[in-house]
Amino acid sequence: MRRLVYALPLLVLAVVGVFFFVGFDRDPKLIPSPMIDKPSPAFAVPGLRGGDGTVGNARFGGTVTLVNFFASWCVPCRIEHPLLMELARAGTVRIVGIDYKDKPEDALGWLRQLGDPYTVIGADRDGRAAIDWGVYGVPESYLVDRQGRIRFKQVGPITEDVWRTTMLPMIKELSQ
Amino acid sequence: MKRLMFVSALAALLAAGPAGAVMPDEILKDPVLEQRARGISKDLRCLVCQNQSIDDSDAPLARDLRVIVRERLTAGDSDMQVVGYLTERYGDYVLLKPPVKATTVALWTAPAAFLLLGLFTARTVLRRRPADAGPVPLSEAERLRLQEILSKGGQA
Repeated sequence: MRRLVYALPLLVLAVVGVFFFVGFDRDPKLIPSPMIDKPSPAFAVPGLRGGDGTVGNARFGGTVTLVNFFASWCVPCRIEHPLLMELARAGTVRIVGIDYKDKPEDALGWLRQLGDPYTVIGADRDGRAAIDWGVYGVPESYLVDRQGRIRFKQVGPITEDVWRTTMLPMIKELSQ
Repeated sequence: MKRLMFVSALAALLAAGPAGAVMPDEILKDPVLEQRARGISKDLRCLVCQNQSIDDSDAPLARDLRVIVRERLTAGDSDMQVVGYLTERYGDYVLLKPPVKATTVALWTAPAAFLLLGLFTARTVLRRRPADAGPVPLSEAERLRLQEILSKGGQA
């Protein structure tokens, strides 16, 4: 009994230590999305380019889609852009862009300058569609499966690492 | 009279309280709805700045969420429905006060558990300590030695 009492503080320290060890390793800026494995939220925004028409989740489904929220004023989006261009060239996945809180002329200028990887682009001028998706900053990207369900969310630029280890294998699996 | 004016001005200032980050154009005409909106917003986390409520934050997303809270209330939603609208999109993370559920049981019960543990430990330790019997009386040899020192000290 006496030994147990003496060992108790050490035990408590060990448990708290494990919590801290795991907790401090997590990025508090990454908020887990509750929308994973749920149908993509209903939304409809006007198209950005001439032929885009209305962009909404009615257009999803059939094939795996990467939904990418971006803006011309967003600096990390510039970092991500070359990867999206590469994907578009390889034709790995359909890329739907949602231009977040942006002036259409700015976005079009940005795409002219850096290249345009998107199959369709919607213009979310007031950011409401983004809120329906649970976006809290740009860039954010979602993988939507053939049934129109959200399967993965990437907060911040898609890195080479995330692409290779997580997203590409998932796209391959979902496409089968 | 002057004093009364001063006191009433001070009382008005204190009653007003901090206005948060709410902009005049966001405020609803209906004071009851506005009051509810303020109450809800104070418990919702700003996702950009993380440790501020959307009521306190100047971030553009916080403003958008404040406007949405007010729109939903005006449309006739209950407070629960408004909060539900946001947790559907951002998860429990938007709540500054985490809800009690299976995954948060440890979080909610830990403080009470630690207090009980502390009390239990304190009781065990205190019980085991021998009762305080006062100073130990001097032995016969010590008493004689003391007397000797004292009688010598008197002469010096």
